[in-house]
Amino acid sequence: MNDVPAPPASDPHRSHVERLLVTVGAQMPFDRLVAAVDEWFGRHRDLEGLAQIGEGGTPPRHLPHVTLLAPHDLRREIQASDLVVAHAGMGTVITCLELARPLIVFPRRGDLRETRNDHQIATATHLGSRPGIGVAFDTDTLHRLLDRRADLAASVARQPPTTSPRLLAAIRELCDA
Amino acid sequence: MQLRRLAPAFAHHDVTWVTVRPEYRHDLDPAERLLVVPDATRWNRLRLVRLAVRMVWIVVRTRPHVVISTGAAPGYLAIRLGRLLGARTVWVDSIANCEQLSLSGQRVGGHVDLWLTQWPHLARPDGPRYEGAVL
Repeated sequence: MNDVPAPPASDPHRSHVERLLVTVGAQMPFDRLVAAVDEWFGRHRDLEGLAQIGEGGTPPRHLPHVTLLAPHDLRREIQASDLVVAHAGMGTVITCLELARPLIVFPRRGDLRETRNDHQIATATHLGSRPGIGVAFDTDTLHRLLDRRADLAASVARQPPTTSPRLLAAIRELCDA
Repeated sequence: MQLRRLAPAFAHHDVTWVTVRPEYRHDLDPAERLLVVPDATRWNRLRLVRLAVRMVWIVVRTRPHVVISTGAAPGYLAIRLGRLLGARTVWVDSIANCEQLSLSGQRVGGHVDLWLTQWPHLARPDGPRYEGAVL
């Protein structure tokens, strides 16, 4: 099971035990995601885990959990993790890409009132093609991606994506005018 | 967070960051200026009023030459107020909006000098333009 590459020795936060982070963002809980990962985590006790479940979220049975993580704490937790499972929030996605951490995105559904509309489905669909990001729209797919997390880890882009130079130039031109 | 990835475009200027999350303090240099506004959506009128009062104060005090935002009600408000006081304005619609522009992004179109989407398929001849993305 422990087939994810060993973390770099230079990183003091990371232990040799494979570590999983679940995060649902600060806006509202996302019990369907937390429960789905928790069920899988219950069968994989050789892993360490942490779930950020949101205010009012149903506490998972197996995963250690916190309600909220401040942005810098979330960043540190992502840094310390070997795999992140999250809703399709751009903050988490950007941080995972910046820190070169594999990410499974599980979008909130508007029809289940997990968010106001289906924008996370669209975001997830568009992000799914990026290396190091897997997308699951249902629990079975999520569990399959968790089982095959080594494949995801192997596909992570080691060079974090940069902001488009053209975009920076357009804004710089207006600022310097 | 997306705004931070745009910082190389304006970091050589005197920057005031405005956020709804005071915890972003930890992501900035101690010397950088960070101001906090109450969060609000168009669904909560009282919070909107509190946000507006605070934002008027900030824009009047700061007198920005340029206002840049990636989104939502506070950014929209800052741009409208900044423009009113003569600032140049930039809207970079959040990369999260990949099927259509955010509502604030649609509405801000006529009030910005640079109106951008981060998705090429959302660009239109009369705006918004696509010049790339933060990723």
